[in-house]
Amino acid sequence: MLKIGTYEFNSRLLLGTGKYPNFDIQKEAVDVSGTQILTFSVRRMNVFEPSLPNFLEKLDLKKYVLLPNTAGAKTAKEAVRIAKLAKASGLCDMIKVEVIGCQKTLLPDPIETLNASEELLKEGFTVLPYTSDDVLLARRLEELGCHAIMPGASPIGSGQGIINPLNLSFIIEQANVPIIIDAGIGTPSDAAGAMELGADGVLLNTAVAGATDPVKMALAMKLAIEAGRLGFEAGRIPIKRYATASSPTEGMSIS
Amino acid sequence: MELVINGDRLEIPNKVETIYNLLQHFELEQKVVIVEWNDMILEKELHQETQLCDGDKIELVHFVGGG
Repeated sequence: MLKIGTYEFNSRLLLGTGKYPNFDIQKEAVDVSGTQILTFSVRRMNVFEPSLPNFLEKLDLKKYVLLPNTAGAKTAKEAVRIAKLAKASGLCDMIKVEVIGCQKTLLPDPIETLNASEELLKEGFTVLPYTSDDVLLARRLEELGCHAIMPGASPIGSGQGIINPLNLSFIIEQANVPIIIDAGIGTPSDAAGAMELGADGVLLNTAVAGATDPVKMALAMKLAIEAGRLGFEAGRIPIKRYATASSPTEGMSIS
Repeated sequence: MELVINGDRLEIPNKVETIYNLLQHFELEQKVVIVEWNDMILEKELHQETQLCDGDKIELVHFVGGG
């Protein structure tokens, strides 16, 4: 069971809703993934084309908790505004704090992320900051009262997988709130690896939306996250330098 | 009446008196749409009673796909 603030989830996969080939594939991928948390962005409407379809209208909103992000914000002030706009929809009180500090790497600005999280906690949001894999920053965010911390595996949309498992394991080890590995996941093995490290969940988008077959990849990610979690709970064997035989060495009929 | 909507100056018929009327005007009243009126975010309950004035700055935003 994944607990974030007052929410409880059976699925440990948080799924993004951007960049799918079309709404039908997206809906099927979302269904197959088993996710209970969907991320969204907040953007200006095109008022001259009100008939423009919106994916949100195709969803049974009772089945999902919505996790809007503050993507597009470069400062804490902008992030707080976007979060308040999202909350005014009346559909959600969770927010993924995402304050990008560099357009090339899309890495988060740590200071602005911290400041935005502090402000949004005061406003009563359930706050999930997207952060780098900095161990002390993760600790500071937890100390503020953030409900989950979401360190990136590697740059957003890069599909590079986990580039600093050591830092992520330090973050996981010290945390008393859920750690969701967010961004950079490319393959099911990346997602399984994150869960084997002891992460509480994985947030991904491009790895599914950009796959040749997004529906099949959504299922692969669901299974990988479940397998990785089970493996973590089961406890892996220690790594040894030399072999140890699996078959008994006694009672052999050859001398 | 001239309003600044999502950054564009637009001429709106005078029969549009409230935020709710404005959403009706754009056929958005059934949609998930969030309104910011002169830099103030409006809860949905305030759409009916908020009167529009010439020059008001309106932001109409919604949820789109994102990660």
